[in-house]
Amino acid sequence: MIDFIAGVLTSANYWFIVLRSTAPILLVTLGAVITEQAGIKNMALEGSMLWAALTGVIASAATGNAWIGLAAGIGASVLVALVLGFFALKLDANAVLCGVALNLVATGGTVFVLFSLTGDKGISSSLPSKVLPSLTIPLVKDIPWIGKVVSGQNIIVYISALAVVVIDLVLRRFTIGRRIRATGENIEAARAAGIDPIRIKFLALIVSGILAGFAGCFLSMGYTSNFTSGIAAGRGYVANAAQVVAGGTAVGSIFAAMLFGLMDAMATFLQNVGMPPELIQALPYAVTILGFVVVTFIRDRREAERKRRLFSGNGSGGSGTGISHARTPRSKAQGLTHGM
Amino acid sequence: MNTIKRFFTDRDSLASLLVTVFAGLFSLLAGIVLIFIVSKNPIQSTRNFLLAPFLRSYNFYYLLIVMVPITFTGLALCIIYQLRYMSMIVDASFYTGAVVATAIGTQLNLPPGIHPAVAMLAAGAVGGLIGLLPAILRIKWRANELVSSLMLNYVFYFFGSFIILYFLRDRSQTILSSVPFKESFRLPRLVENTQLHAGFIIAAVFVVLVSLFLFRTRWGYEIRLTGANQKFAYYAGLPVTSIILYAHFISGFLGGVGGAVEMAGLYRAFIWQMNPSYAWDGVIVAMLARKNPRFVPISALFFAYLRVGADFMSRRGDVAFEFITLLQGLIILILASDRIVNYFKERRLKRQVLSRTGASEGGSR
Repeated sequence: MIDFIAGVLTSANYWFIVLRSTAPILLVTLGAVITEQAGIKNMALEGSMLWAALTGVIASAATGNAWIGLAAGIGASVLVALVLGFFALKLDANAVLCGVALNLVATGGTVFVLFSLTGDKGISSSLPSKVLPSLTIPLVKDIPWIGKVVSGQNIIVYISALAVVVIDLVLRRFTIGRRIRATGENIEAARAAGIDPIRIKFLALIVSGILAGFAGCFLSMGYTSNFTSGIAAGRGYVANAAQVVAGGTAVGSIFAAMLFGLMDAMATFLQNVGMPPELIQALPYAVTILGFVVVTFIRDRREAERKRRLFSGNGSGGSGTGISHARTPRSKAQGLTHGM
Repeated sequence: MNTIKRFFTDRDSLASLLVTVFAGLFSLLAGIVLIFIVSKNPIQSTRNFLLAPFLRSYNFYYLLIVMVPITFTGLALCIIYQLRYMSMIVDASFYTGAVVATAIGTQLNLPPGIHPAVAMLAAGAVGGLIGLLPAILRIKWRANELVSSLMLNYVFYFFGSFIILYFLRDRSQTILSSVPFKESFRLPRLVENTQLHAGFIIAAVFVVLVSLFLFRTRWGYEIRLTGANQKFAYYAGLPVTSIILYAHFISGFLGGVGGAVEMAGLYRAFIWQMNPSYAWDGVIVAMLARKNPRFVPISALFFAYLRVGADFMSRRGDVAFEFITLLQGLIILILASDRIVNYFKERRLKRQVLSRTGASEGGSR
């Protein structure tokens, strides 16, 4: 077994699949990061991906052009994000609940539309949809092991890598990124500084919609070549967990998404050696939640440590107990109410 | 009786009732519009959708049967929502509850009556323990309970189907099916020649029990208080952590029992090819009931009506059953929009305040 796993881990084929399964998760995780930084939880990412995947297939089949499909898919995905924004920001609805509702609309709606168009509920194979191209990188493809892993991937995989750089730059270097973070950090202060928080949040939602659109289209026009019902398979939810693992940074998203991708890719290999597929399929989700718990645990410890130091500087407070400050009543009550 | 009277004289409750009814009617209307867009025979489809329970007696009993699982998940989510939590772990509790009941229903030999009861208790206990997980993650590590519960749902779904496939599978069947249940495990039928089973009565009993629990016991009061203002509850000296934990246990317990009742009442073996996800229906049942278990039967009836209509229509026409999920999402969107609900409340409040300040302006100041 260990030999087998070691063999898998050194094979270029495995890492090729890792990159491929990481890309969609990475894109939505970036989407979750940017909305979370703006202080709004985008639970509708799952729905965004589903609509993007379906719209991409339909539009590419109708026009015979994969790029138009991609554009239409992104458009549909952004639309979902805007609807979420409308309900959550304009109608004061609970954003999480609205996200959940939009996911339900998407789960049912995509199957409904698919059935109405093709008479099939499961798969869009009767539609002559197109697939986004794969790229062979000259020179790199000739490097022995790395060439096999990095070259020949679908174009969206490269776009996902590019997206990390762009989002990272925007969040850390550009004024708009500071505004986004300011809005998420303290909405009143942001408003006092002349930022329109509603507009910023809408902007973040649109960006997350675009990213989820790429991810959704990749699933149905690259990763596979059809739309199947429930094709997003909870990746939008995973993104919300991965966002926490990522610690709110674009670069962290790579590791968080990789966690899922590694397991997802390993699952395809483990299936070949007779491991029960059900348990393997549960692995990516189980590992994500584990990472999620570990990271929140560490972050909480650090936070408590910081507070403890702050309070011991006063010479009073709960530092004397030697237990972290989270034990004292005030922060406990806060911890319970805020969640993360 | 008194509560009903109070309900109708209280304007705030009346406002939310109006919005709830509006959401229901709007979803029906949206459904009809959708039918007219996609169906080749819209009149017939609409008739099938709206009148299904009255067209065939089978549909009528089917309506009552559908009410059972969504009543359980609805009750479970009422408790979670009373606490102002968002955990969706009831899905895992329900599914795993059904798996546990399958294990007991196929492997043990017990007298009739006791057999399903044991299965329900065991399923409830397992469901309750599963229900605790997201709450523990939230309390201990402040992990968002909705996100963690959705992840856990996948994990428990795959784990449950693993158990069925590897330990309880009937290998003579081509489709996925467990070995058949023992005869003693199955719940009796309420009406001959229909599928209506005693689970309907069990669900009704649980509606009463949960209502009493939430509104007539100290524990229920503590849950509601914690939900209303957690900090207040904490400073009032309530054991907030354990309140959150037992509320989640009870919620998961209800989910587990629901799964067991569904198995014992409706099936001869575990034959779910995928997760029926009654928890998502529970969301809408609990929201339509305004997280009040007393109203769960009404909202469960309404949602079962939608479901049966959609099912009947899709089997006899060209509209896909999944359109029910679409309507479900629309209803939640409307009910979640506080501003729509609050519009009425605010308007009345404003008027009250204005008239009051107008009257007392000269006097008290």
